[in-house]
Amino acid sequence: MKPAPFNYIAASSLAHALSLKAEHGDEARFLAGGQSLIPAMNFRLARPAVLIDINGVGHLAGVDRSNRAEIRIGALTRYRDLERDGDFLKACSLFADALPHIAHPQIRNRGTIGGNLSHADPASELPAIAVAMEATMRIKSATGERQMAASEFFVGVLSTDLQAHEMLVEIAFPTPKPRTGACFMEVARRRGDFALVGIAVVMTLDDARRCSTVRLALCGVGETAVDVSKVAFPLIGQSCTTETIEAVAAGVRDAIAPSGNVHASADYQRHIAGVLAVRAISAAHQRVRHAA
Amino acid sequence: MTTRFFGAPIKRNEDKKLLTGQALFIDDVELPGMLHVAFLRSQVAHARIQHIDVSRALKRPGVVAVFTADDLGAYWKPGPLLVPPPPISGIVFNQRTQVPLAKDKVRHVGEPLAIVVAESRYIAEDALDDIEVDLEILRAVVDLEHGLGTSSVHVHDDLGSNISAHVRQIKGDYRCAVAKADLVLKRRFHYEHGISSPIETRGVVAQWNARGSQMTVWDTTQAPVFIRNGLAAMLGLSERQVRVIAPFVGGGFGPKIMMFYPEEVALPWISMRLNRPLKWIEDRLEHFFATTHERGQIHDAEIAVDSQGRILGIKDVFLHDTGAYNPYGLTVPINSQCTLLGPYVVPAYDSTFTAVFTNLPIVTPYRGAGRQHGVFVIERLLDLAAGELNIDPAEIRRRNLIPPDAFPYSNEIIYQDFQPLEYDSGNYEPVLDKALETVGYNHFIKHEQPKLRAQGRCVGMGVACYVEGTGIGPYEGAKVQVQANGKVSVATGIGTQGQGHFTSFAQIAADQLGVDVTEVDVVTGDTDQFYWGAGTFASRGAVVAGNAVNEAARVVRQKALKLASDAFECSEDDLVIADGKVSIVGIPQKFIRLGELAQRANPMRGAVKPGTEPGLEATQYFGPPSGATANGVHAVILEIDPLTFELKILKYVVVHDCGTVINPMILAGQIHGGVAQGIGNAFYEKLSFDDQGQLLNASLADYLLPTALEVPRMELAHITTPSPLNPLGIKGAGEAGAIPVGPLFAQAIENALNVGRKKVELLEIPLSPSRLFELTRMADQP
Amino acid sequence: MQPDHHDIELKVNGTTHRRGVESRMLLSDFLRHELLLAGTHVGCEHGVCGACTILVNGAPVRSCLMLAAQANGQQLSTVEGLANDTGELHPVQQAMHDHHGLQCGYCTPGILMTMTAFLKENPAPSEEEVREALSGNLCRCTGYQNIVDAMMAAAQAMRAAAS
Ligand SMILES: Cc1cc2nc3c(=O)[nH]c(=O)nc-3n(C[C@H](O)[C@H](O)[C@H](O)COP(=O)(O)OP(=O)(O)OC[C@H]3O[C@@H](n4cnc5c(N)ncnc54)[C@H](O)[C@@H]3O)c2cc1C
Ligand code: FES
Ligand code: FES
Repeated sequence: MKPAPFNYIAASSLAHALSLKAEHGDEARFLAGGQSLIPAMNFRLARPAVLIDINGVGHLAGVDRSNRAEIRIGALTRYRDLERDGDFLKACSLFADALPHIAHPQIRNRGTIGGNLSHADPASELPAIAVAMEATMRIKSATGERQMAASEFFVGVLSTDLQAHEMLVEIAFPTPKPRTGACFMEVARRRGDFALVGIAVVMTLDDARRCSTVRLALCGVGETAVDVSKVAFPLIGQSCTTETIEAVAAGVRDAIAPSGNVHASADYQRHIAGVLAVRAISAAHQRVRHAA
Repeated sequence: MTTRFFGAPIKRNEDKKLLTGQALFIDDVELPGMLHVAFLRSQVAHARIQHIDVSRALKRPGVVAVFTADDLGAYWKPGPLLVPPPPISGIVFNQRTQVPLAKDKVRHVGEPLAIVVAESRYIAEDALDDIEVDLEILRAVVDLEHGLGTSSVHVHDDLGSNISAHVRQIKGDYRCAVAKADLVLKRRFHYEHGISSPIETRGVVAQWNARGSQMTVWDTTQAPVFIRNGLAAMLGLSERQVRVIAPFVGGGFGPKIMMFYPEEVALPWISMRLNRPLKWIEDRLEHFFATTHERGQIHDAEIAVDSQGRILGIKDVFLHDTGAYNPYGLTVPINSQCTLLGPYVVPAYDSTFTAVFTNLPIVTPYRGAGRQHGVFVIERLLDLAAGELNIDPAEIRRRNLIPPDAFPYSNEIIYQDFQPLEYDSGNYEPVLDKALETVGYNHFIKHEQPKLRAQGRCVGMGVACYVEGTGIGPYEGAKVQVQANGKVSVATGIGTQGQGHFTSFAQIAADQLGVDVTEVDVVTGDTDQFYWGAGTFASRGAVVAGNAVNEAARVVRQKALKLASDAFECSEDDLVIADGKVSIVGIPQKFIRLGELAQRANPMRGAVKPGTEPGLEATQYFGPPSGATANGVHAVILEIDPLTFELKILKYVVVHDCGTVINPMILAGQIHGGVAQGIGNAFYEKLSFDDQGQLLNASLADYLLPTALEVPRMELAHITTPSPLNPLGIKGAGEAGAIPVGPLFAQAIENALNVGRKKVELLEIPLSPSRLFELTRMADQP
Repeated sequence: MQPDHHDIELKVNGTTHRRGVESRMLLSDFLRHELLLAGTHVGCEHGVCGACTILVNGAPVRSCLMLAAQANGQQLSTVEGLANDTGELHPVQQAMHDHHGLQCGYCTPGILMTMTAFLKENPAPSEEEVREALSGNLCRCTGYQNIVDAMMAAAQAMRAAAS
């Protein structure tokens, strides 16, 4: 299990990294935390000809909350840095819930937010969270930049809208509105394993404590993170009760088409999606009420 | 002899090296000029080989040589049969052992096709891609029942079927038992064991020294002496020309005793051909195919009981997956067959098995070695009978235990060591009582469980019994030697993989020779240090080699006393041996150090008297007449999330009787580790093959070894019934932790789930949340 | 493709090393076979087992998932650097010995590196926190119980020594 040969280039700046990518295109991969890419290379499932190490690139890491409307996370921000950022976790409780489920401390010390999202593993927690939080993905290339909604960024299993010459440089979440509660839950075989099913819920209540918006996204049950916010529409304008939540959970079960894997049958995944929907919506709702 | 150390929780001599990164493991062997080896392995389970073209690989810079089966010439031979079939009448055994490189056909994914030798492992792996293999793909035999069907393809064409073996063993008259029975229950059980997956994979380093005509092989084997003998024969060398060293080995658990693995055969031969040292380290991906598994059996089993739940008879017909070859003979299925009888009086037993060749990796013993499968069947049958008869699960076990006055207890059938299955000693009921008491059985059932159930929590209790045949022959030996510096050296032929032999053997020798444990250096697994032996398997190291150490140390002690009595001109009875010296009773200032006695025993002048030997040393062998039988009971309280079926263990208890205990700290560690593997087997680890024989989860991300969060704290207790079969009274303990966890989980999970719903019967292992969901849903369907 | 080489300079356990390495050389292989610091073990080469865990600038990481070239300019610590110069064991090593926290010892170096860093960050952990911190290191021999006990004892010993 040794990687096939490649050229390694430590990029000295963002511009350097982007120009290298422009030059080598699909032949080249960015090396961020390496926690998905290097295992794949050791198994020789990935054989990039050129590896552009972006770990030395400045200004790609960190949380920026200077703009009140949004929370920006640099692509090279490591899981561990977010775990240690109490203010951030308070503002984005989905991360607080989800980060401990992502692998183990040693991997969280290296793995990056941008690497995770670019890798686009449908069982990963973060794409679902990005979708639930209506994140914006900021993308750069040597020739320009663009941005797009998370829900459009993920296009298939391990595949995104990123073009051969592009880099994901930042993701930005709208700062949660007041009276917003959120919860991420998952079922995995062991702590740190990819989720068999995970669900991210973001819920905002109005003055009368009725739901004004509900965002629901799942991981592990489709080719990408699955946005099922639509099934929560009946909740809008309603208050959360056992019955309304059960109805949404039934909707979640119907809205997904999991394929099953070696650890879980498709039926089990569907069932768990419903169970987690009830639990996570209830918990998110509890949290808003406590906060309010 | 004083027993200062024997029986005490002595800290381990070997730890310091291991804790500081100084212990030598196989991949730490670095030799000048060493080349690196990679194996091209079949990607498909069953195919005819049309053509292999290695020419491109040979052209790659850094590649030194490439070999296919044809290149091995006369050296190419199927491996030896490790354990011939036992003397059971009517036995059918079709020997088909593994080959060094596949020749006409590949028979499982991962079977080696070609060998690349290169300047680095990186380059060797690059060159694997250069080899072109032309295969005619055949249907794969994966399912045991299909494999025996008339339309199945055959793993070994010349055999005309996929039957590897067929064995029937009978005790008493099962038909009579049925006639007398108040209840007869029949079920089908599936039990799958997984892979041992030690954290260190396998590896081989071979170095041919042309000048000295000497072959040195470092090997992660559990049986270095057998490897030495086999290699000498294969290579046309005498045993003295071959030295096999099993260095520190990072866990074995059974599969590292298999032999000969293709890599063990190939590397020494290539090293001779190229006259260069070679290294091959199995990577984790290879480990999933290239190291043996244990896997599955399907049992159709029947129990006949009276109205009180007493067993009248058991009938069992089972299929055993032996994989593509059967080099380990029948050890695994015979263990299943024998261990099914458990600690119970079973007057009539009729057991038949068919071992089936499949296009899957080879099956050989992995910790438990088939015992799990048998224990699962008997324990589940008892649970089912208890349910039908409305008897408490602990009580039905108690009623069937072999009484203490019945030992030695003969089960009449033949065991894996070819001896009739006879339990040497035991006292089973106190073990059960202790387990029930420690887990709080009655309190839980009467008070806690009803309370928790009222809160909607699914909590369950399980209790399972087992016996473990241990410490089988043939023999081991040990050489104990007092060095001139007063240190004691102990050498044995077994390999060691973490069982603490460096300490437990030192404890035995230290007590005999009156030195501190830290003054005893134990050498294991180097055939130049100790010439004879069998290996570490079947929980035998401590029993068999331990007794040999004791015998040898006893002889050295006698020699020391004799020499000292000559020196002091006093009777041996007036001497004490303690603190590294021999002194006269009551006159501690009159002493001779052991080291000095060792020097005197090797005089520079004067003749050694006829009949005596120089040196303060002795070599002794020990071979038990038959295996000692340990026993135990595990009990668990666990909770299942009623919606997600996730599992949480609330309490875990092991009560165990493995005779006299050398080192309770090491014993506890063995049990903890066994339980952890048992939990993996019961609920996490499953080899998922598709119908083409492809393993779908060949990585540690998907083959789920339990972590610190899945393994609970365990409470241990011991009962001691010494074995009469060896002077130290010890029984083995290596496998005890792992054996009964499957039925224990099944019982406790059923107990947790079967409230207010139709009964779910858990007749298979491994289980998982997803599987529990499916099974309860099936049970809930009208 | 032509092998592509890089000159690197790094510090391991306080000693500076300069070497030329091929791009694809894994850091685990580099430490073990180039620097002959073989105490760092390799069990899976895909990030799961934790045997290869070392500290890079004080933080535990998988050395099988880093390239040697990436270690250029970094400070590394491995198991060989834990005991002090006089050979006295680190309290975590000592506790592992006292509590029989190792059997074959193959997983041990990774566990030592993970847990020394963890106990620095969390000097008074609960058993549950210790188990969580350990969950990225597989041990096939011990069932973890004695390792957990060792860590609780080491934490206590280090707290006592500090106060
Ligand atoms: C044992 C183990 C368990 C794990 N468990 C989980 C888990 O439970 N949940 C989970 O989500 N993940 C898990 N992971 C994966 C881990 O989270 C990875 O860190 C993550 O998926 C990738 O992030 P990275 O920074 O390591 O990216 P890398 O591995 O460096 O890169 C991944 C891919 O993204 C590309 N890339 C990286 N950065 C950028 C960028 N800025 N722009 C464009 N492309 C980029 C790379 O070229 C590569 O193709 C696990 C990993 C391991 C080893
Ligand atoms: S070898 Fe690096 S995690 Fe297993
Ligand atoms: S002690 Fe053997 S793997 Fe941990």
